[in-house]
Amino acid sequence: MRRRLLVIVASAIGVLASLAAVQGQEIVKIGLILPMTGPFTSTGRQIETAARLYMQQNGDTVAGKKVQLILRDDTGVADVTRRIAQELIVNDKVTVTAGFGLTPLALATAPLSTQAKVPQVIMAAATSTIPDASPFIVRSTFTLPQATIPMAEWAAQNGIKKVLTIVSDYGPGIDAEKAFSGTFAKAGGQVDNLRVPLANPDFSPYLQKAADAKPDAIFVFVPSGVGAQVMKQFVERGLDKSGIKLIGTGDVTDDDILNGMGDAALGTITTHHYSAAHDSPENKAFVDAFKKAAGGIRPNFMAVGGYDGMHLIYEGLKKTNGAGGEALVNAMKGTSWTSPRGPVTLDPQQRDFVQNMYVRRVERVGGELYNVEFATIPNVKPR
Amino acid sequence: MLTIVFDGIAYGMLLFVLACGLAVTLGLMNFVNLAHGAFAMAGGYIAALLTSRHGVPFLATLPLAFAVPAVIGVVLERTLYRRLYGRSHLDQVLFSIGLVFMAVAAVDYAIGSQQQFVTLPGWLQGRVEMLGIQIGLYRSFIIAVCGVIVIALQLVLTRTRFGSRLRAAVDDRRVAQGLGIRVDAIFTLTFAVGSGLAGLGGALGAEILGLDPTFPFKFMIYFLIVVTVGGTTSITGPFLASLLLGIADVAGKYYVPSLGAFVIYTLMVVVLVIRPQGLFARAR
Repeated sequence: MRRRLLVIVASAIGVLASLAAVQGQEIVKIGLILPMTGPFTSTGRQIETAARLYMQQNGDTVAGKKVQLILRDDTGVADVTRRIAQELIVNDKVTVTAGFGLTPLALATAPLSTQAKVPQVIMAAATSTIPDASPFIVRSTFTLPQATIPMAEWAAQNGIKKVLTIVSDYGPGIDAEKAFSGTFAKAGGQVDNLRVPLANPDFSPYLQKAADAKPDAIFVFVPSGVGAQVMKQFVERGLDKSGIKLIGTGDVTDDDILNGMGDAALGTITTHHYSAAHDSPENKAFVDAFKKAAGGIRPNFMAVGGYDGMHLIYEGLKKTNGAGGEALVNAMKGTSWTSPRGPVTLDPQQRDFVQNMYVRRVERVGGELYNVEFATIPNVKPR
Repeated sequence: MLTIVFDGIAYGMLLFVLACGLAVTLGLMNFVNLAHGAFAMAGGYIAALLTSRHGVPFLATLPLAFAVPAVIGVVLERTLYRRLYGRSHLDQVLFSIGLVFMAVAAVDYAIGSQQQFVTLPGWLQGRVEMLGIQIGLYRSFIIAVCGVIVIALQLVLTRTRFGSRLRAAVDDRRVAQGLGIRVDAIFTLTFAVGSGLAGLGGALGAEILGLDPTFPFKFMIYFLIVVTVGGTTSITGPFLASLLLGIADVAGKYYVPSLGAFVIYTLMVVVLVIRPQGLFARAR
């Protein structure tokens, strides 16, 4: 009994001592706001794992200050995101907020970032206009036009003359439709547009229409989970055999669910900034370490967004000696390095990455489906 | 043109299998069970997880996709639902929608929010050409399975002793009990079959409709439309309504894609204005 008491007292002293040590050192807090529950859980888990992995690999001390990650769940609902961001900024006094799984979540927080002068690092939301909402926003992922326009250019250069676009009828879908159609028409191609309601249980009528229109390719943009249904029904309808190509942006063949889609996904051609199969030593190391940390799950483009976002913050803090505010945003601007996805530079004006876009085809590699890159479009501007 | 009709029939049949359990509980037992979709989801997850993670053949998972939701149905009916038979419809709605929220959260927690996929055997994939019509093999399979279910249900309800007991129990519970019919047992069994059919529908539909934890919410509206348009006093009503809605939906989206999403709602509004009791139901 006395012995156990001794252990408790000793460990209590230990805890106090370590607390004192931490307090002696200054702390930089990063408020990571992610959808950890609800329909976008996969986004949250990918980014969280990647962010923690980055800290584990690069240590939790920057410029002599201890970095502390505060993870909060916003369930993917914008007003919750805003409330959490406010709590983090006012109560926890975070130096940076980060995360933001969807466009509305990022936009809801933008006014707070401006008012409080707290940098906001967008790791996932991809609507092109987000950085306009606040001068304190920087983004470590990609923008929709950035992925869509190279697709249209690639299609026009590779013998595709007639394209039917099938997009879900919501903001990002319409963005993608416009970006694709505009570029493809300018390159001399012929485009028809078809919009599908967001809540659409069965794609058969649209794909039948596509089959009857006999285009060279169908460009698809749908929320990532739904992509699998489109591909399955595409194959079921025999469209793959009639020589119609399925093209799209990489959201449709998201690494997180690609392998479950089965052979229907084979041959789909997409453009995107990241594939888990990207061939570089940086990426190999990243994928191996991520898989180990996530219990075998491979990283997708959300994960790389989280990983590179942490790098931006770390590099910025090094330059400012741990200070936040406007200085930190300015320090992050122009940061340039080789990320697992390839070379990236944070554009100082648009506060988005200038990065390579890769044209990829879904192939079976070692028994699993991967987006295998076969062409590179270097240094694509974000908008 | 005929391909569109074929796709419409397949889609309608699928809607029917998903919704007929609801027609049974709502129409025959007069119980508003919004949690119906949760049973369908259970069936879908059983098929998806068994085929993709454990390599069980798709056909072998179908009996399980029926049986497991049926057993869950019995347990819930015995413990929870039966307490609400006598309560108002509002209580039933609140209770069952609560169950849906719990089911969604539970699946999300246990399995995750990502899409699940059913792995189909090779002979159910692709399509064949028959009499100039392109026919998807999986859709033909759905039509065949659903056709069998419709005929079986109709025969059981109209030709068997169980069917007449069930109808008696629904028409007048007290008199039926007085005649020595075990109303409780009949209701439990009916509820189990309804839940089982939902599970089977979920397993069959996962390939076409997709499957994630929000499934019960996404498709609740479709179940309700089928049951409202078809009327709830028979099996044939919802069946014909499903076919009508399936064909109208597919054809509407094919011919007028810009308005396609509204076709089935317009149809529902028109039907309810003309025949508020449902298309194929007797006026009460």
